[in-house]
Amino acid sequence: MTEPPLLEVRDLSVSFPQASGIVRAVRGISYTVNQGEFLGIVGESGSGKSVSSMAVMGLLPRNAVVTGDVLLRGESLLGRDDRELSRLRGKEIAMIFQDPLSALTPVYTVGNQIAEGLMLHDKGLGAKAAAVRAVELLRVVGIPAPERRVNAFPHEFSGGMRQRVMIAIAIANDPNLIIADEPTTALDVTIQAQILEVLQKAKELTGAAVVLITHDLGVVAGNADRIAVMYAGKLVETGAVDDVFTRPVMPYTIGLLRSVPNLVTAGRTRLVPLEGRPPSLSNLPPGCPFEPRCPIAVSACTTEEPPLLQLRGGHDAACIRAGEIESGVLHPSDVFPRPEPVAEGAKVVNERESILSINGLVKHFPLTAGMVFKKQIGTVKAVDGIDLEIRGGEVLGLVGESGCGKSTTILEVLEMTSPQVGSITIAGRDVAELSKAERLSMRKDVQIVFQDPMAALDPRLTIEDIVGEPLTVHGTSRTERRRRVAELLDLVGLEHTMAGRYPHEFSGGQRQRVGIARALATSPKLLVLDEPVSALDVSIQAGIMNLLEDLKLQLGLSYLFVAHDLAVVRQIADTVAVMYLGRIVESGEVGEVFARPHHPYTQALMSAVPIPDPEAERSRVRILLDGDLPSPTDEISGCNFHGRCPLFKLLDPARQQRCLTEDPHLRVIDTTSAACHHVDQNTLQPL
Amino acid sequence: MILYTVRRFINYLILTVLATVIGYVLASAVLSPAARFYGKNPRPSDAAIEASLRRLGVDPNVPLLQRTWEWMSNIFLHGSFGLENNLDPVGHDMLVRSGISLQLLLIGSLLGALLGVSFGVWGAVRQYRLSDQVVTYASYLILATPVFVFGVILMILATNFNDAVSKQVIAFTGQYTPGLDGTWNIVLDRVSHLFLPTIALAALGAAEYSRYQRNAMLDVLSADYIRTARSKGRTRGSAMVRHGVRVALIPMSTYFAYSFGTLVAGSTFLELIFSWHGMGELALTSITENDVNATAGSVFYLSILVLISSTLAEVLYAALDPRVRI
Repeated sequence: MTEPPLLEVRDLSVSFPQASGIVRAVRGISYTVNQGEFLGIVGESGSGKSVSSMAVMGLLPRNAVVTGDVLLRGESLLGRDDRELSRLRGKEIAMIFQDPLSALTPVYTVGNQIAEGLMLHDKGLGAKAAAVRAVELLRVVGIPAPERRVNAFPHEFSGGMRQRVMIAIAIANDPNLIIADEPTTALDVTIQAQILEVLQKAKELTGAAVVLITHDLGVVAGNADRIAVMYAGKLVETGAVDDVFTRPVMPYTIGLLRSVPNLVTAGRTRLVPLEGRPPSLSNLPPGCPFEPRCPIAVSACTTEEPPLLQLRGGHDAACIRAGEIESGVLHPSDVFPRPEPVAEGAKVVNERESILSINGLVKHFPLTAGMVFKKQIGTVKAVDGIDLEIRGGEVLGLVGESGCGKSTTILEVLEMTSPQVGSITIAGRDVAELSKAERLSMRKDVQIVFQDPMAALDPRLTIEDIVGEPLTVHGTSRTERRRRVAELLDLVGLEHTMAGRYPHEFSGGQRQRVGIARALATSPKLLVLDEPVSALDVSIQAGIMNLLEDLKLQLGLSYLFVAHDLAVVRQIADTVAVMYLGRIVESGEVGEVFARPHHPYTQALMSAVPIPDPEAERSRVRILLDGDLPSPTDEISGCNFHGRCPLFKLLDPARQQRCLTEDPHLRVIDTTSAACHHVDQNTLQPL
Repeated sequence: MILYTVRRFINYLILTVLATVIGYVLASAVLSPAARFYGKNPRPSDAAIEASLRRLGVDPNVPLLQRTWEWMSNIFLHGSFGLENNLDPVGHDMLVRSGISLQLLLIGSLLGALLGVSFGVWGAVRQYRLSDQVVTYASYLILATPVFVFGVILMILATNFNDAVSKQVIAFTGQYTPGLDGTWNIVLDRVSHLFLPTIALAALGAAEYSRYQRNAMLDVLSADYIRTARSKGRTRGSAMVRHGVRVALIPMSTYFAYSFGTLVAGSTFLELIFSWHGMGELALTSITENDVNATAGSVFYLSILVLISSTLAEVLYAALDPRVRI
């Protein structure tokens, strides 16, 4: 008799009865996880990927109706009571959650929280021994000075460090299965690379199988053995990771893979948009749930939902036309062809005219203590002397980890007042010299699109009022406003008949289009795009990115594009500036910087970005950064990157001394500029 | 941390002094201490009235500022709060009476907090079920009933109970029966007298706290760290107590300070109903009898209570929440 798999999920369904109807979050999925295997479950928000794993853990809210079966080594878990399951949780199956900031109890030390898990499953373990083991575990997951940090509270740790603590808790009892639910989504790329590394290490140490749930195809590409793609509560494709990435069969998978900008190929081809949105799970029509968005749908797709069928060697897909796609009759590029670029509008006059010019900009915030008598105890150097230049029709990508000063830079530009040090010149005018009226009219020229389209639109205003609001500020007549709103909505790809509706009636992607239309209302010259796609689902991102590219060409706009996703920046930007602790460490033409980065930080940043291509991903050598971004209040002498610099460690003491004492300035190296003393010594290999 | 607490304490101390001074000024401005002499038969001579008032330090002919100054310096230099209308020193009376009042207040508020927290947690865990509904409606009923009505209802119920068992089990006047011997008897007698007013006060506190605690607990129930605790192997109930209640208690320390005022007001009426000769009684009678010094003394007592409860809340908050410790 063969040994049963470690975990077997059989025809699992989860539904939530609600006043508006039954929400069927998971609809009959089956999969197995073998001992020591790494399974990636991929899907967009609402696809049921998290709900299904919570069902495995038995952690769903009480109103959830779960059917089917979950077997751990052949023994059924469903229907067991909380007490029995709690003996398995943490011991056999451990879990790591998405948001490390809220996943730890704020009132207990991390040591206590690790020891708690140990003592729950080993009644004979004393508090002292558990504390010793907690220190060991913290060391394993790479927390510096674990003997001291074990007594610290969660709020004293950064997000990445807290996620390490979560991993320590998960591996504490040597589990056989670790479920990681979007463990890196809330983290910066450099920290994401560290956490994935720790997760791999944890897997090796415990020999546990890992189920990694994510929306990021790049993350699974390099780590998983097999992947399962979920859509609308169903598994639509499973298989070995190479099979699925190189020969996807289900049109949804094809679309996903083609819509994601890839760090290697981005910028050369247009992204393939996956139009539409996933169906509501409370009132599913019959037929394939992907049919409304599928470009190769046939009439049979609307009548019956295709089951997950075996194709060959463990590769399954749920599509009526799977046979045609697999045999090569239908090629993936026929399913989702690349869209043609739109014709360029009236070419911009004065193309090389400077739209935004920042020289030596400094923004320091005093750090004060005391309630009545404030005294300064430090300075936050949010922006510490940067130069940026954007010309007409150009896109400048500004990248860096959170806390590097990107947002402060934007705010300084939008504020349009005299900066502490340095100057900001918009369309040839120094903003420090503007009168109040001039400043108001200057605001027409610079508009912003925000990160979170859910939060950026007033829920009590109609789309017409939202898009037209900038015009009311500048005193446009009502009829003219109405005409302009209709025009703008058409421009961003929305029906102008939707003008009377409210934001909640729109999907995330549509709302971001509304946000873009609002920004365009005053016919600006410069759009500041603050992480415009990072809050959107992957399949939606491509549509917005294409729209932004089209608008740039049609209207001759310039963008200041702020993002942490390098592939997205690579896709749209002409020039790029990499920011670290309030400084620009490298800048230049985007192709040059991405092909031959000179600064070790840029190299590390690029090597941290996962590429959605299993083969490329496996052969990559990662340049990992140590630790977190230092606090901007720290006084760092010399180069402010030396504490984390991978190159610094390879240098001889004489050269290191220079890094420690001398602050490097941006200097031209080949075709780009980098702020590093030892570019010539750089042997690190990016990408 | 200690420095922080000391700073907060000094802050509250200044507020206490301010409140007391304002209390004295208000009492002097509003009350007319001479009024009680006018109704007397025979009416004392004006000179005699004035002499009496002067002796109490409440002569309206002396400027208010000067009277306030004298009253203050008496407190700081001699520790004296002046004399009551019947020439008893206010300070001594306050000492005796606050002992009586605090007995009721301490037991009542602690019991109220304990019950309130328990009912709040219970209601949150069983949200929208029958038990939650019962707790909710009961607490609104108690909050909506004036304390004196509630006290009287309790008295009626106690009378019925006593009649039913044909024995004076529950007493409802005064704080003890005079002339008892034997430690055991005296303790039992005290408890019998404490029973009703304590229940009334605790119910008032519990009704209020349970509302706050239920909300705080509901916020915490869906928190990610409860899920983490369960994923470690805690059962639902155990995760809720160890991780949920512990965090949900944090905001309660602030509510404790806020709601203390309500409790003191409640206990004032309860003292009157149950004929306790405590500070509440003093406060009420001093106002009706135009006794400026006793009124100011009552204000002082109240502000000291607020001082203690606020400082206690601060300390409690810091003890419960490591994030505010500095």
